[in-house]
Amino acid sequence: MSSKPQSVGETRAESPQAQSLSNVGLFSGFVAVFKRDLTLAYRNQGELFNPLTFFLIVITMVPLGITPDPEVLAELAPGMIWVVALLATLLSLDGLFRSDFEDGSLEQLLISPSPLYLLVLGKVAVHWLVTGLPLTLLAPLLGVMLFLPDSGYGPLVLSLFLGTASLSLIGSIGAALTVGLRKGGLLLSLIIMPLYSPILIFGASSVASAIDGFGYTSQIAVLGAFLSIALICAPFAAAGALRVSVNG
Amino acid sequence: MLDLSLELRDLSCERDDRVLFAGLCAQFNSGDVVQIEGPNGSGKTTLLKVLTTISNDYRGEIYWDRKPFSQSKFEFLSQLLFLGHLPGIKKALSPVENLLWYQRISGEVSKDRIFSALTQVGLAGYEDVPCYQLSAGQHRRVALSRLYLDPSPVWILDEPFTAIDKKGVAALERLIAERAEKGGLVILTTHQDINSPSLKKVNLQDFNTVEAQS
Repeated sequence: MSSKPQSVGETRAESPQAQSLSNVGLFSGFVAVFKRDLTLAYRNQGELFNPLTFFLIVITMVPLGITPDPEVLAELAPGMIWVVALLATLLSLDGLFRSDFEDGSLEQLLISPSPLYLLVLGKVAVHWLVTGLPLTLLAPLLGVMLFLPDSGYGPLVLSLFLGTASLSLIGSIGAALTVGLRKGGLLLSLIIMPLYSPILIFGASSVASAIDGFGYTSQIAVLGAFLSIALICAPFAAAGALRVSVNG
Repeated sequence: MLDLSLELRDLSCERDDRVLFAGLCAQFNSGDVVQIEGPNGSGKTTLLKVLTTISNDYRGEIYWDRKPFSQSKFEFLSQLLFLGHLPGIKKALSPVENLLWYQRISGEVSKDRIFSALTQVGLAGYEDVPCYQLSAGQHRRVALSRLYLDPSPVWILDEPFTAIDKKGVAALERLIAERAEKGGLVILTTHQDINSPSLKKVNLQDFNTVEAQS
């Protein structure tokens, strides 16, 4: 919401209403969106458990479909858990802005005096809280099912914690770009997948190298760097994409 | 007294290579009730989207408070209440929760005023019912109750009378007239006739170059 700087000599005659209305705090929009989306997520619990159930089912199928051999499973575990967590996030992304778009509240967000950056950030934060965080907490349990070696649990949780937050943030760009399309699901996956691959590579390799007895701090640091960049840039991109989508 | 001024200079919009309107010039001030007219598909909603800054797909210039839109957008938005084609009401939330949310993103929060606004639009007793249990007209009324709550001087309303019964229409007309008397500016699209002493009409068909030629 940057307006061009006013020239210094210019006197601004603002109406009393304008002044009382511009008293809105910077973060009140963020807090409002955060609270509302959390309530909505709580009321639509069916959708809430979708990605988690997917995560659980796929990981349960792996020993049945590939092999129950503990050594092979331990080898597969880091990559498998990461790939499925990524797909589970992707599955839930399509709905991020969809319902707001369909009932008109997205238009209201766009014209709100609060910065759109913070409103988008509020929505993404809730998305992470109801998908990424539960996936992270469930992951150690699924690690047990895949015979993940003991040294892998710490980096698994840590890398998923940072990684899923980046996944939600980056995914919001794709969700915003495709929200105006009737069937944006496939397109969303195609746009987002290439952006997800670095996170997958560093996430899975941090767990793998911890299992092999090497240090994993460098991979975690890279994931942290991804997250910081995504935190700064992704909501801007998503906000811009939303304006384009609603426009068309 | 408020001194609002919204000026359109040589505004034109096209959609899918079809010119909706071109060369639209108009000046709206405090106290005006502006009715945008035109047949279906003539660009009424598109014009409202341009005016609310949701769409920036236009040529020409818009001045708010005698400053170009690029400089005065934020001030304009903080004085604007827009009710679109879609009501913007979450079905899983109750009317009170929906209105609380709108209050939270735009400023002060007052539950008492929400209850009195819902009573005024005839939704007393439905305050805590989830909106998916309400009818289409009642949905619309939840959205309209924002008009009683929001102190914004500029209203832009897209088809506000849709799905509203006769009594509701009369109340809404009174509300619009009152806002204009207090120095507000109301821009709306509707196919109904409105009774207001300060009514201005803009017919988009007059600015449709293709039809004017043929």
